[in-house]
Amino acid sequence: MQVPPLKRIYLALENWFNYSFGSWNPLYHLGTLTFFFFWVVLISGIYLFIFFHGSLDGAYASVDRITHAQWYAGGIMRSLHRYASDAAVGCILLHMFREFALDRHHGARWYSWFTGVPLLWMVVTLGITGYWLVWDRLAQYIAIGSAHLMDALPIFFGSMARNFLEGALSDRFFILIEFLHLLGQPMLLVFALWFHVRRLSNVSINPPRGLAVGSLLALLALSIVKPATSHEPADLTTVPQLFNLDWFYLNIYPLLDYWSAGQVWVLTIGITLLLMLLPWLPPRKAGPAAVVDLDYCDGCKQCFYDCPFDAISVQARSDGRAHEHEVTVEPALCAACGICVGACHSSNPFRMADKELKSGIDMPQLPVQALREKTKSRLAALEGKIKILVFGCEHGFDVTRLDSRETAGITLLCSGMLPPTLIEYALRNGADGVMVSGCRHADCYFRFGNRWMEQRLAGERPPVLRSRVDRRRITIQGGAETDQDVVEAALARFRERLSGLVESEDDGKGEDR
Amino acid sequence: MRRNYALQALNYLIFMALIGYFSTSPAYRHLPEGEALVVLAFSHAGQHVEPCKQVSAEELAKLPPNMRRPTECPRARSPIKVELLMDGEPLLKTVAEPPGLFGDGGVDIFLDATVPAGKHHFVVRMNDSVRVKGYNYTYEQTVELKPAQLLFIDFNPEQGFIFK
Repeated sequence: MQVPPLKRIYLALENWFNYSFGSWNPLYHLGTLTFFFFWVVLISGIYLFIFFHGSLDGAYASVDRITHAQWYAGGIMRSLHRYASDAAVGCILLHMFREFALDRHHGARWYSWFTGVPLLWMVVTLGITGYWLVWDRLAQYIAIGSAHLMDALPIFFGSMARNFLEGALSDRFFILIEFLHLLGQPMLLVFALWFHVRRLSNVSINPPRGLAVGSLLALLALSIVKPATSHEPADLTTVPQLFNLDWFYLNIYPLLDYWSAGQVWVLTIGITLLLMLLPWLPPRKAGPAAVVDLDYCDGCKQCFYDCPFDAISVQARSDGRAHEHEVTVEPALCAACGICVGACHSSNPFRMADKELKSGIDMPQLPVQALREKTKSRLAALEGKIKILVFGCEHGFDVTRLDSRETAGITLLCSGMLPPTLIEYALRNGADGVMVSGCRHADCYFRFGNRWMEQRLAGERPPVLRSRVDRRRITIQGGAETDQDVVEAALARFRERLSGLVESEDDGKGEDR
Repeated sequence: MRRNYALQALNYLIFMALIGYFSTSPAYRHLPEGEALVVLAFSHAGQHVEPCKQVSAEELAKLPPNMRRPTECPRARSPIKVELLMDGEPLLKTVAEPPGLFGDGGVDIFLDATVPAGKHHFVVRMNDSVRVKGYNYTYEQTVELKPAQLLFIDFNPEQGFIFK
């Protein structure tokens, strides 16, 4: 299977981080890491605000005092404030790159992508107002540049940029910028963040503790090695010439030296719109949504708890049956992952053995009945001493590439779609072992598929794999499309383990005889 | 999954090196060395396209009391044509149409150009009336510009052009 170049690059990067960080891989926690950096920004910002003097004459001097007179506290806080802000933008850009490279912005997931793009600009404008508050030469440059950008919009009367030439600035200007930076913009950002994660369930905002500690130590080290400093104080009678631009936040301003403000707006709005429309470029047909069959649904709510995209809701029973609840699926929110099928205890292949298997919730494109039939037929076709059935997912390593005389791969919509009872069913119907693949460990195309699957097999999340099922005959090995070597090696190890098991069982039987 | 703390440290080092570098570098030069900036910026409403008319006593009497004004001015205003010459060569030039549905708004001019520092002779002229041929405001001055200096040329109808 051809892996797109961008995805190949991303997977190589992810691999490298997996070697270093394991499950703390920062690429798996870019959203929460961004939140963490915002916490650092917030705490350091509160400290700076205590000592900051928000006036035209006092701003620069107060920042200078914070930076130099109390370098051990205020200076470090200022550096943390800057570098955590920069790191947040870095994480947001990586987050966008990741979702795009892994094709996780299409279908029902358009909403998170669409609402995420403006967040980048919100963060950038928050950083810009922060730079204004220092009121040094850099602040002067970006203040005038921002005024030119505002003047190009047909919503303001008069020329804002002229205020900076006439010396018409007053302390009220600082109060306005302070209000925006300290209250207005952060509140808007929090509100927009809430929108961004609105269609996700089990949202986490904290990265793993080890990753948070490592990131904070790294930020501290950078703050000590390269403390954030100001330029010369702003002087509106001269033009700032050369300065150290923060390219994470201020990259748009140099464009104003070459283009008109109107052209810069067209470029930024154009890029923003293009990014926002990416989920529909090109338009794709989404897989059919999950379907509830009330005849087999007892309203246990497990699918509701497990759905990663909040597509399932619980309501009072409508069909007069004795159960208290029933579930409904909102098709527009359903990502067609099938995790709900794996969560449903009626997706049990031992039920309705002589007739069509029906589940309380099912995927029209791959019903549990078809899954049971496929399991049976693939097992029946296997020959050799050690028969292994491998369940994989559409978005990870293609397990049908492992097909051989002794191995058969079955592709699910997601590894989280696998009912634990199907593993038991396979083992009882001729499989010597079952391997469950899927996306790489700690990652999942559908957010929680492999995590829920692992918890179900470990007996930590319903529906659990029964305790009497021999765990030695089950192995889990996730892998991306490019991980053929890793998955094959794991399969070989598993086969070896099963051989030992089969031999010891044969010996046991011989001794019994 | 296993972790390698030495590799983690290396990754943090790379990430922080990138953050530290791009937070200040590469340095950006906004104004070339040895240059100054000339800004011609002002707000001004052009004169009315047609002169205001004196309203006669009879005409005023016909109007309701709250609408009785001694002069009646057509709303449309003239475009602003402004030009700045440096050492005899055109440096900045624009013709700004009055904004508004009836073309009766004031015009905001903001033009700038970088020039080599040193002694320069500037001539600034403006026409704000379609009823006047040529320029009805002209001012000239020689200025010794220092590197990075900002020469701000303002205008108000009472004082004309002002070099700041």
